[in-house]
Amino acid sequence: MERGEVGAAHVTTPSVQPAGPALSRNTRRRAILGLIARRLAFAFPVCGVVLFGVFLLAALSPFDPLEQYYGVRLETASEQDMARVRAELGVDDPVLVQFGHWLGGLFSGDLGTSRSFRQPVAEVLAERLPWTVLLCAAGLLVAIVLSVTLGVLAAWRQGGWLDRVITSVGHALEGIPPFVLALVSIAVFALALGWLPVAGLTDAGAALSVGQVARHLVLPAVVLGISQSPWLVLHLRQSLLTALTEDHVTGARARGLSERMVVLRHALPTALLPLITLIGVRVPELVTGAVLVEEVFSWPGVAAAVVQAALAVDFPLLAMLTVLATAATLFGSLFADVTTALLDPRVATDG
Amino acid sequence: MRSRAILPAIAITAAVIAAGCTAPADPDDDQTNDPRSMVLADSYEPDSLNPLLGYAAEGAAKFYDGLLAFDGQRDLRPALADEQPEVSADGKSWTVSLRDDVTFHDGSELDADDVVATYNALIDPAYASTLSSEFRMLDKVTKVDANTVRFSLKFSYAAWPAKMVLGIVPSEALRNKAPLEDSALNSEPVGTGPYKLVDWRKGDQMVWEANPDYWGGVPKISEITVVFAPDDNTRAQRMQSGEFDGTVLPPTLAKSFEDSDTYRTVYHKSADFRSITLPSDHPVTGDSAVREALNLAVDRQAMVDGLLGGHGSPASTPFSPALPEFVEPEATFDHDVAEAERILDEAGWRAGDDGVRAKGGQRAAFTVMYFADDSLRKELAQAFASDAKDIGIEVELAGLDRTAVQPRLAKDAIVLGGGNPIDPDPQAYDALHSSRAGDGYANPGHYRNDEVDTALDRARGTTDPAQRAAYYRQVQKAYVADPGLVYLVFLEHAYLMRERWSGYQPVVEPHTHGTTWGPWWNVEKWAPRT
Repeated sequence: MERGEVGAAHVTTPSVQPAGPALSRNTRRRAILGLIARRLAFAFPVCGVVLFGVFLLAALSPFDPLEQYYGVRLETASEQDMARVRAELGVDDPVLVQFGHWLGGLFSGDLGTSRSFRQPVAEVLAERLPWTVLLCAAGLLVAIVLSVTLGVLAAWRQGGWLDRVITSVGHALEGIPPFVLALVSIAVFALALGWLPVAGLTDAGAALSVGQVARHLVLPAVVLGISQSPWLVLHLRQSLLTALTEDHVTGARARGLSERMVVLRHALPTALLPLITLIGVRVPELVTGAVLVEEVFSWPGVAAAVVQAALAVDFPLLAMLTVLATAATLFGSLFADVTTALLDPRVATDG
Repeated sequence: MRSRAILPAIAITAAVIAAGCTAPADPDDDQTNDPRSMVLADSYEPDSLNPLLGYAAEGAAKFYDGLLAFDGQRDLRPALADEQPEVSADGKSWTVSLRDDVTFHDGSELDADDVVATYNALIDPAYASTLSSEFRMLDKVTKVDANTVRFSLKFSYAAWPAKMVLGIVPSEALRNKAPLEDSALNSEPVGTGPYKLVDWRKGDQMVWEANPDYWGGVPKISEITVVFAPDDNTRAQRMQSGEFDGTVLPPTLAKSFEDSDTYRTVYHKSADFRSITLPSDHPVTGDSAVREALNLAVDRQAMVDGLLGGHGSPASTPFSPALPEFVEPEATFDHDVAEAERILDEAGWRAGDDGVRAKGGQRAAFTVMYFADDSLRKELAQAFASDAKDIGIEVELAGLDRTAVQPRLAKDAIVLGGGNPIDPDPQAYDALHSSRAGDGYANPGHYRNDEVDTALDRARGTTDPAQRAAYYRQVQKAYVADPGLVYLVFLEHAYLMRERWSGYQPVVEPHTHGTTWGPWWNVEKWAPRT
């Protein structure tokens, strides 16, 4: 019922095309599947280019991989021995040789060895990736809940004190890096108030359990969520304000529907669509935020490993992490587009 | 403006958290009160637990045993060896017989093959071990019979027993002749040691469990958790809240716990020195008058008091007071600024208009580098620069990362550190012998003194302890007459420990330390107090 009203209101917007009644449901489904297929096909060359770029950058890096390999033993190692180890590990081979070597291994299912962790890359990922996924998912959930709640409150009471507080805090938070937020929250909630643990995955000496991890997840997830939410809150508030002035909302009001019904059932659905796109587009920021948050909270995820891998010019690990981040970004935007296309029949499926 | 905006954000967060988190009683509380378990916090997480990649190279490896082990009193006692090694008259051949009742954590028995494989991997370049340079004297290791091995050295090396603390790994783990960078031992150690690794959540914590079959008797503390908390201030704060049973802290932070009822603060002597190299080829630092004057001008006691919180000792040579029988008491530099200035004046270094001396158009100025991530080295470099300025020598400081330091080692001075608590040879020979000049971080200033060279070589070549000590005293006398570096201080390491266990024994420590050393170096012998 609302769909029809929405369509009527938006039919003149340039970004959407009216879906003629001739287009059957099947054609639409095929169009969306086509969109997914095209994006996935496109993802491979993108990842390839990104990989090669990372590899070139790693080759140009001023850091010496041997420094990480030797650690404190660097100060007792002789030059002759270091030269031999260099040759044995192949760190001075030409860039293309190293890349070919790694690529060859990749096709036979071997992701290579992470020099900074002194472990196969597959093991590093298996140990760490789940924690990052958990943190990002929880952070995203916090961000969505916060932004929908606060965005609706602010738009509903536009100009009121609540709106002014939410908007100014939102703008201020846009400028605060997540690690500042993380340090402040540790100082307040962990050290001063003692409500939550400072860092880590569990208490010192405690076994891994759902309760433990949940307690330790609260602070990092909330910090990550809050650091991502200002854009979403402000954006949702803005699109909700626009939606509230549209004809179908005015119509609903004129029909005497309750304010609650008008805002939540008539205006919000229109405003949520662009939010989904925005969430998809902001996946890279979520990943960057996770790097900082994991570092501060000693969260043993994959994002904190990025820094270590980069400093050690640990190409095999760095490459996999970059591909994962690229894939997350591409998938984020694909997810947003597909969701929008599914929810809104007027949106074209690019191509 | 911004900080005012943070407050409401905090309030919102507080509400969210307070709602979602009425913390239930932690079921693990009981476990942390069990005196058979212990939780330690460490500042440094090892990259690898493989002895061949440098894990616990000075012993106290917990998962591993060496042929010999440190006894805390500067002596080495047999561990996997069943008696002291036998040395040939020329000091080049060392024979060791093994205990026959030792098994690895995986159940396999220890025999000569494991020892041979371990030491071979050090010297075989195919394994790319990071310790190979420290074993350059080792020519080959051979199996004499199932329980006896013989080490053949390239030259007489009296300090060889100090190398035999290296952890022995099972030969099966070294079957594949490939670089050790992805060896399974790196994260899943299999040794003969008193503890087994049960869990290692990288970046977070590690859990050790007592080895029920340990040849030296089952440890009474059955579980030890080591939590990694690299930031010193955070670790101190978590100690304040009583989260850990012990940790390592910089002496200046440990001081604040001296009145604590919960923890005892202990300071351990170490062979860990800090020095400043003086490049011989540099027109200023190569001048013997400048070298002597700098040694007289630095106020070492002020560095100990001001930068180490009083916990350290002045250093004039690489010979630590922790190894007293090797120390020549006369071989020290007094703090004598007037004498330093007299020496410079006499050598023709005259003060210029800007207060900096010059000689024949050469300003008395040079650069001291330090590793930018090491705050103590930075503070020592600053103190050194300020002392040098008092006698009219200008020191420019450069905090650099290791890659940038390497190519400049021969031209610019650098703050160095290191130290072996068992034998003076590793640190004295590498720092002072001319044959080691310019090899990586060994003798980077190209110091050369024939008398020092000869005495160092002779000390290596004799196994008679009294004779060795005499040679080392000779080294120090010759060095002090012609100094080539400025030794500053020997550090003490500070630890906090909960007093719930008996068995603590003070120890002299190496450069690398943390929870494998510290009060817990012999934790396998500790027991809960009754």
